[in-house]
Formats: sequence, structure tokens, C-alpha cells
Amino acid sequence: MVNHAMPLILGIESTCDETAAAVVVDGYRVLSNVIASQIDLHAKYQGVVPEIASRAHIENILPVIREAIHNANTSLDQLDAIAVAHRPGLIGSLLIGVTAAKTLAFALNKPLIAVDHVHAHLYSVVLETNIVPPMPAVGLVVSGGHTALYHLQDLTTVRLVGSTLDDAVGEAYDKVASILGLGYPGGPVIDRLAATGDPKAVPFPRSMLGRQSLDFSFSGLKTAVLYHVRGYQGRQRPVTSLSPQKIADVAASFQAASIDVLSRKLHRALSQTNAKSVIIGGGVSANRGLRLATAQFPVPVFFPLPAYCTDNAAMSAGLAHLAFLRRDFASLDLDAITYSRFRLT
Amino acid sequence: MFHHSHSVSETEAIAAELARTLVGGECIALDGDLGAGKTQFVRGLVRGLGGQPRTVSSPTFVLLNIYDTGRLPVYHLDAYRTHGPDDFEAIGFAELLEQGGVVALEWPRRVAEVLPDKVIHVRFEILSRQCREIQIARP
Repeated sequence: MVNHAMPLILGIESTCDETAAAVVVDGYRVLSNVIASQIDLHAKYQGVVPEIASRAHIENILPVIREAIHNANTSLDQLDAIAVAHRPGLIGSLLIGVTAAKTLAFALNKPLIAVDHVHAHLYSVVLETNIVPPMPAVGLVVSGGHTALYHLQDLTTVRLVGSTLDDAVGEAYDKVASILGLGYPGGPVIDRLAATGDPKAVPFPRSMLGRQSLDFSFSGLKTAVLYHVRGYQGRQRPVTSLSPQKIADVAASFQAASIDVLSRKLHRALSQTNAKSVIIGGGVSANRGLRLATAQFPVPVFFPLPAYCTDNAAMSAGLAHLAFLRRDFASLDLDAITYSRFRLT
Repeated sequence: MFHHSHSVSETEAIAAELARTLVGGECIALDGDLGAGKTQFVRGLVRGLGGQPRTVSSPTFVLLNIYDTGRLPVYHLDAYRTHGPDDFEAIGFAELLEQGGVVALEWPRRVAEVLPDKVIHVRFEILSRQCREIQIARP
């Protein structure tokens, strides 16, 4: 039995293709972190398939919650609150986590806490480390669905300052992997191949969008890779005509261009603010190239531990701790919302 | 009708011109390879309808983006990650067609069976690095 003078919070995550539940105490001690990875199911279809995602969430949600409670060596009645990522995401997927959380909160008579998924990605650096980065900070969330820059006055006061105009960087990784015939997901395999290729082999474009812009564009980079691999006539040359070394060179050159853009935008955001640190979260924050490129930054850079880079529920339960302390609870008619609460004004 | 575009802004202008003729209820199927300019075309539609082009982004991951414009809402869908009509219907495609807005669909060939009878087909052909042919065929 856990002795918890500190708040014990169950987090639930179903915004996209992962069903996850976690129990976190005191906002950083992760007692359990369960993720029903659907990666095998999705590999067959090269991505997130909505109908399959919702069906898998329905099948996974209760076993995942049970497992999270069991692994944390606690019980439902010991919880102080139920937290759920209710935005942004796919509506059918979100609804399953939101419904589960509301039902538990109602049945157990516990407070319900609503969390923004991208906000939780920024919070994920606190998990287990209990280190709050020096504030104000510049935040970067990079994943298959998100590429956005934030200004954090503190862990609660967050403002969106830039985002992608077209593709997310993780989406570019997936599409480039598809062009190179490398399968899904694209991030890990390109990161691995890039280490064996020449990052200067192909001078792919770095889209900076003007001198001050904090927005991103990865669509042109994706197209440049397509031209390079297939020739300028679209479909003329099959990828099989490239040697393994050439494919590694393209992967390395693509990764160099994307990481270069991310780190230059981070530098730009730092120079435009008085930020004392950088926080990077989301699936692409696991990328070794990105971690290397930010090692020489003028301010400390904080990454989540590897377990908390990709979608998980511990980050939501952790972030919910701050709302719990403020007694900022959601009502039982909480909606699932497809877009983030942070929007450009 | 055939157009040739030599830049992102020309692609947007061609789309904005099409937007001026829309009255609501249309379904526009955007068919072309990766990087052909499908999302750019939607940005032009939104601009042509009086909306904020800045709000347009790729729906590949999120499957559906909705843009409010001065005139008609635009439902921007992407079938790239779906593997068939059943999946696609699960995001509410049939209902979106009934909303009186403009439905713009990327990768329509993956869900050809569920397209309505009257579709504006926009086909993108990459002729060279600097040139795309954009064919607009009205029902």
C-alpha cells in the first residue's frame, strides 16, 4: 500500500493511437506507466487509422487502467483525482479516454482534471527528475501531429508563439521513410540510418520563412527528398535504384536539414525572449540528432526521459498535479476537443 | 480546364479562382503525388473564400481540419492513412458532405467508392521541379 500524504492522480491518455494510463504521486513520482502500443496494428497501414484506433482504444482502455492501478500497488479508492487528456486529437479516440475518466470520476466521487495533451508534453521533463527548468522557458513540442514553439512563463502559463504552416516534423519523417521504402514509423529508422550516412551528401532546403518567423514549414523539404529519390518527373525512378549507402545518405541529409531548422528556430526564439532554458517534448524529442544539435545551446536544454517522449499518460497525471493544487477541476460534462487550447492570436 | 503553376503562389491563385465559383455543398477531390501542392491548393481555396490562409495545415495526422471563412466553411480531409471506405466513413465523411460547406479531400483514390456522384476533380501532375499541371474537371 502506498502511503500518500501527497496527491495520487490517475492519468488517462487516448488522444491518438496510444491507449495509456498512469499513476503519479506528487506530480513527478511515476508509480506506474502503462501504454498499450498499437504500433503493430498500424504498421500494416502506414499510419493512424481512425476506425482501428477507436476500436483498439475501446478494447484497451479498461485493461490498461486496471494494469496501471495494479502496477502502482494502489486501488481506485486511494486516488485523489482522475486526469484525462481531452484535447487535441482525433475525436473518436479522445472520446474513449474522456468517457472512461468521467465515468470513474462520477462513480468514485473524485475530482476530474482536464489536461491539454501538448501542454502535458512540455510538462513531461519534470517526470521522475522533479527538476523544474529555469523560467521563463522556450518550449518545443515535436511529434507526428505537432510542431510548435511556446513561451512558458511558468509550467502553467504557456503561450503559443509559432507552429508549422503545413506538415509536422514527425509527419515529414514518416513520409520520407515511405519515399525511401523504410516502413512506419519513420522517426527511429531514419535517426538510426542517419548515423551511417553523410549529412552533407544532399543539400536539402532549410525553410526559415523570413527573418523573424517562429513558424515552420516541412512540406518543401519532403518534396525535395521526393525529387531527389524519384527524379523530377515524380514517379520515374523507383527507390530500389538507390544503394543502401545512398539511402543512408538521403536519410542523414534529410535529418540534418530538419534538425538544423528546429535548432535555428529555437535559437531565434531564445534571442527574441529572455528565456533561461529550453524544454523539448514529443516523440521527435527522442531523436539523437536533435539531442546532439542542442547540446551546445547557450541555455540548459531539458528533454523528457525516453519513456516519456512519445504519448503517455504519466505526463497528463503529472501536469494535473498543478491543477489539483489550484483546485482547478473539470465538470462531468467535459467535452473532447480536437484542437489545442493554445492558438496563435 | 488545364492550368500550369510555377510556384506555390500560382497554385494558390488557381485555387482562389475556383473558390469564387463555389456556392456550398461541393466536394473537391485533390489527386496528386506527395509534394504536388494539394495542401497549398486548399490554402488558396480558404484565401479565395475570405478565410485565413494561415490556419491551413496538413490534415494527414489529424485526418480533418475545419476552417471558417467569410463565406463557406471548408472541411479539409485526408485519406492518406486510411485503408478503405469503412475507416473513412468513421470520421463522418457522409455527414460533412451534407453541411453545405466545401469538402476538400486529399488522396481520394484510397476511398473512391464513397465519393459522391458530383465531384470537382483536381488532378496535379508534377511536370518538372518548377512546373505542375493542374487539371480542374467539374461534374
